[in-house]
Amino acid sequence: MNRATAAQSLSVSLTVGAYGIAFGAASVAAGFSVWQSCLLSLLTFTGASQFAVVGVLGAGGSAISGIATATLLGVRNTLYGLRMAPVLNVKGLRRIFAAQLTIDESTGVALSQEKTGLREMRQGFWLTGIGVFIFWNIFTLAGALGAQAMGDPAAWGLDAAVPAAFLGLLWPRLINKTDRLLAVAACALALAMTPYFVPGVPIISTAVLAVFFGLRARVWK
Amino acid sequence: MIDPLWLAVIGTSALAFILKYLGHSVPKSWLSHPRILKINSLIPIALLSALVAVQAFTKDSRLIADQRLAGVGVAVLALILRAPFPVVVISAAATSAALFHLN
Repeated sequence: MNRATAAQSLSVSLTVGAYGIAFGAASVAAGFSVWQSCLLSLLTFTGASQFAVVGVLGAGGSAISGIATATLLGVRNTLYGLRMAPVLNVKGLRRIFAAQLTIDESTGVALSQEKTGLREMRQGFWLTGIGVFIFWNIFTLAGALGAQAMGDPAAWGLDAAVPAAFLGLLWPRLINKTDRLLAVAACALALAMTPYFVPGVPIISTAVLAVFFGLRARVWK
Repeated sequence: MIDPLWLAVIGTSALAFILKYLGHSVPKSWLSHPRILKINSLIPIALLSALVAVQAFTKDSRLIADQRLAGVGVAVLALILRAPFPVVVISAAATSAALFHLN
């Protein structure tokens, strides 16, 4: 077991997992029961979509519009799956587990190990996926049961820790000029689109940039 | 009449899983072309970069610069100084939390 991967996985799992308290609290405040909030974390298990659906219903929106918003935010997991499938190379029941654990965090840690090797990528994916799953669900239950003593995640700096963690995962993967340019372009496009498009769309739209850069980049092997 | 909350829980979960599983079900042969491999390796870079930007600079679909920006700035500094990963995350959290309490 690679120590750096283990440290990354644990840091990410704890940081993101702790946000589960905020989700549990938001979900109950929106009118979902404790049981429904926990089911969302167990079954939906993709944070942005979960916050979106409880946000829409809490604000008086219909179930359909909640589902639609959440689903739009979940589309990026499909693209992560495309990247992770050949790395994990699993079938049957394992593929079902792999799919459920395919989120920003597990993909991010795997990505940061791309230079090290396939084995480390796989370890990073499973370790982070399982770690986030455990902490996210425990903390959701705590938040739903009223562990609001923790208060606003911003008071703990969690709102900066999460993007900092993703940046830290991305950093070692920005190897060449194409990677760095793509990263900057993706930030710019997503920010420019944010005020004008529904949540989810600005982020997935940056896949178009990846296609564009990929078509222009030199291909080795 | 189905309870809207239950409909939301079940509908969101089912579609989230279908989307995740879809990515894992694309035949390998479709992804083996070198150009597609290249694009496939760049997509998570684009998405995660965009995610960082959206998480650090936006709130409720508005662009905003607040304590998160300072936190992420400190994280960049830590990364340039080659700090270990947990240090990057904790320094960002500490900076942002300190500014949050000052305000």
